[in-house]
Amino acid sequence: MKNIKSIFILTLVSLFFISCSNDDGVNPVPVNEEEVITTLIATLNATNGTPITMEFRDLDGDGPDAPIITVSSALQANTMYNGSLNLLNETTDPAESIREEIEEEANDHQFFFSNSSNLVTFAYGDTDDNGNPIGLLFSLTTTAVGNDTITITLRHEPNKEAEGVSGGDITNAGGETDIAVTFPFTIE
Amino acid sequence: MKFFVTVVAMCFSLLVVAQKCNSKLSGTIDDFHDGSKIVGASLYIESHNTYAVTNLDGDFQFINLCDGIYKITVSHIACDTKFLQIDVKGNTTFNINLEHHVEELEEIRIDGLAVKMQANTSQETVLKSNDLEAFSSGSLGDALKQVSGVSSLNTGNTIVKPVINGLHSSRIIVMTNGVRLQDQDWGIEHAPNIDINSAESISIIKGSGALAFGGDAIGGVVIMNPQRIFLKDSLFGKTITSAQTNGIGYSLSSKLTKTYAKGWYVSGQGTLKRYGDFEAPDYSLTNTGLDSKSFSINAGYQTFEQGFNVFYSFLNNEIGILRSSHIGNIEDLVTAINNQQPQVVDGFSYDINSPRQDVTHQVFKVEFYKRFKKFGRFNMQYDFQNNQRLEYDLRVGDDRNKPALDLTLKTHSIKTNLKLDSNIGNTYEIGLSANYQNNFANPNTGVRRLIPDYDKFDFGIYAISDFKINDKLRIDFGARYDFNRYDAKKFYQTSRWQEQGYDIDFNDFVIEDLGTQLLTNPTFDYHNFSASAGTTYDINERHALLFNYSLSNRAPNPSELFSDGLHHSAARIELGDLRINQETSNRFAFSYLFSSEKMRFNFEAFYNHVNDFIYVEPTGTQQTIRGAFPVWSYKQTNASLVGLDVSIDYVISNHWSFRNRSSLLKGYDLDLDRPLIDMPSNNTMNSLKYNNEQWLNFNAELQSELVFRQNEFPDNNFEAFIPTTNQTVLVDISTPPPTYHLLHFNSDVTFGLSDQADLNVGISIQNLLNVSYRNYLNRLRYFADDLGRNIMLQLKINY
Repeated sequence: MKNIKSIFILTLVSLFFISCSNDDGVNPVPVNEEEVITTLIATLNATNGTPITMEFRDLDGDGPDAPIITVSSALQANTMYNGSLNLLNETTDPAESIREEIEEEANDHQFFFSNSSNLVTFAYGDTDDNGNPIGLLFSLTTTAVGNDTITITLRHEPNKEAEGVSGGDITNAGGETDIAVTFPFTIE
Repeated sequence: MKFFVTVVAMCFSLLVVAQKCNSKLSGTIDDFHDGSKIVGASLYIESHNTYAVTNLDGDFQFINLCDGIYKITVSHIACDTKFLQIDVKGNTTFNINLEHHVEELEEIRIDGLAVKMQANTSQETVLKSNDLEAFSSGSLGDALKQVSGVSSLNTGNTIVKPVINGLHSSRIIVMTNGVRLQDQDWGIEHAPNIDINSAESISIIKGSGALAFGGDAIGGVVIMNPQRIFLKDSLFGKTITSAQTNGIGYSLSSKLTKTYAKGWYVSGQGTLKRYGDFEAPDYSLTNTGLDSKSFSINAGYQTFEQGFNVFYSFLNNEIGILRSSHIGNIEDLVTAINNQQPQVVDGFSYDINSPRQDVTHQVFKVEFYKRFKKFGRFNMQYDFQNNQRLEYDLRVGDDRNKPALDLTLKTHSIKTNLKLDSNIGNTYEIGLSANYQNNFANPNTGVRRLIPDYDKFDFGIYAISDFKINDKLRIDFGARYDFNRYDAKKFYQTSRWQEQGYDIDFNDFVIEDLGTQLLTNPTFDYHNFSASAGTTYDINERHALLFNYSLSNRAPNPSELFSDGLHHSAARIELGDLRINQETSNRFAFSYLFSSEKMRFNFEAFYNHVNDFIYVEPTGTQQTIRGAFPVWSYKQTNASLVGLDVSIDYVISNHWSFRNRSSLLKGYDLDLDRPLIDMPSNNTMNSLKYNNEQWLNFNAELQSELVFRQNEFPDNNFEAFIPTTNQTVLVDISTPPPTYHLLHFNSDVTFGLSDQADLNVGISIQNLLNVSYRNYLNRLRYFADDLGRNIMLQLKINY
């Protein structure tokens, strides 16, 4: 009986220990993702006419909401446009420019441009320290009238020296995809 | 103090030599457990060279003694010899308790046989130190694969999770030195944080029958036992070192134990492992190195009646994850699957770059036990575990060296149990346990938390009993109740919260609205009941049967409930579900064991019916700025798992022996009428061994490992649009890799260095023919082949 009593007491003591929890009621702080790119804006300027913007915006990042893709107007046939890319993180206020980060690490980034119907051609308009293209600045030249799509891909740590990569061919580029967005448009 | 008194008493005893010598010492010897009289025990007084033996009533007597202190040795067959100092003054009566079954001192799970029925009627296999030493340079998961029915879920070759009869992660309990490992076992790329070298033997119990360890081990329990302590003055140790060609690395493990006859002991153990990039037959697996450091200290005092144990262990693993497995989006995944070659292959290096894991696990434990006469053994334990997991992804800019995941899991637990063993053959055990666990997800990572901050409270109570009906038949019963409470604080994206319909079902949980994010406080309680019943029947010396039924409930783990976000290393969005409830397993097991001098045959069959089985599988794709990602969601279904595990050990002749380990498994989704995802495929291992004790105990063994293609799998393939090629392609993430066959060879000799020390030199070659293969249960199978040939030299010194 004495045994049972001592066991009982020990057990009670042990239960007392664990009943003291440290629920201090402090709420965790929210995490605002740092490397998020929510928005890609491609601005196309021709020598005459108003600039055309193509926007891809996905404010909830990897959340379930579908991205919003807008193209301001149709492109003109047989025209050369000077293109410029802007990248933003709009989850912060004010929005953070990702473009600057890419400029700083230009050697590790390259944009690739492709289209589905061969109605446009692309050329790079900028280079990194090694003389390889980046793609924040580019030119787009339209040919005939019709419908086409343009896909803009950003690769992080690509192999810029690989065959065809500096000419804009993504096949051998490797690296990881930071951006891959597609804009449908019309050429009038 | 006791020692001091003894010394003083002995000094006095020298002064009483001249006294009259007609005193008498008499008494009774009885059994500690049940108080029965011990007949035929011998008592010996060394200084007088006189003996006495107990009669049928357990009584003894010495006559014509001088008054004074006598050293008496009490011994009896099957008892621990006892040394006493008795003060004789006139006619003295002294009653003695003897411990009648010494083997229980260690709660032994170690036996000379490879397969041994325990008191518990579960399907259990024991791996002894010899079986484990061969895996000294590897991991726990690798070593357990020797047991038929145990396979592994890998992320590369250094992150190895054990899978028992098709089940893994939270469905398996890993016990180390009496402590239930709490190391974020929910993640499929989270291997048990344990050094295989810290165990002297390992028991693998299939199914949830071992209720003392927990009620939720639907898969099974892995029990790692430390070095046994013997009550004698001794100093012994063991050092194992190995060097290998694949990974160009080494492993060094050493253990030293000091024991004292009085019961004190101290033991220390440490292991270092360092490997560079491993190699597949055709290319280097860039960034797959390992840097592992661990040590443990175990000390205490142990006698039959009482003892305590203090244990501390530290482990740090830094593990590189195949560079090519870190991919961007579905397009990269398609490229990887179609290429059949890793995207990045660099020269050999010891560098461990991102992606990588850096995990530190610490265990502290104190345990105390006391035996009460004619009653039983009482045990109490407190343990604390701290698990810190840092995962580094490929990141840019200032975040390059910042972890993408930083979780600290702290667990305090207290448990106590009482084993009533006064009735020889029948034992009863009751126990209580309570845990408090806190997970902290560091927000400084700059990545939304995959697993939230939470507090978890657990309480468990169990009772188990074991009855020996006669020499041939034993039965056991057990029941357990567990309570689990999660109290989490989690941020949800408002869009996700609404998409999942949580705004309707769980609106109460919202405590703060931050616009795009909601802070919520999900709180869940789970009540789990488990039960087990089994019987073993020895038909005769050769044939034995075992039946076991077990019921168990497992509450969902944090990953199943709360996962929410992009898992970069897997290029997938993982979604838990707050609506997930417990899964319930009903497992029926049957074993047949045949043993003769030449042959041991063990046949283990089971049927496991799991209601509300929790699994994760692809459920669609989601568009982001980085392209499309597959969405993997946690779901529940009713499932059945049925399997057969066979082990054969056959002695062909004096020198030759044969071994087979085979397992068949079929996992089926009963609701959707299709196979379950990620089930281990059928496999068979056969080996032929030559042994000659006269040639320095020479061993040579050739092993054949045949792993069949998993032909039963659900079709989770999906179509995805690839913008750069402007095509819609089928993403084949389901098709398992083909059947493969590997040959392994190992050989060793042992040199005697002295009476106490010997040196064992072994060489082993894994994947002898340098075969290229991939395993269905390796998460990196889309990206690269498994390991090529590895030649390892191992030196083992016992001293």
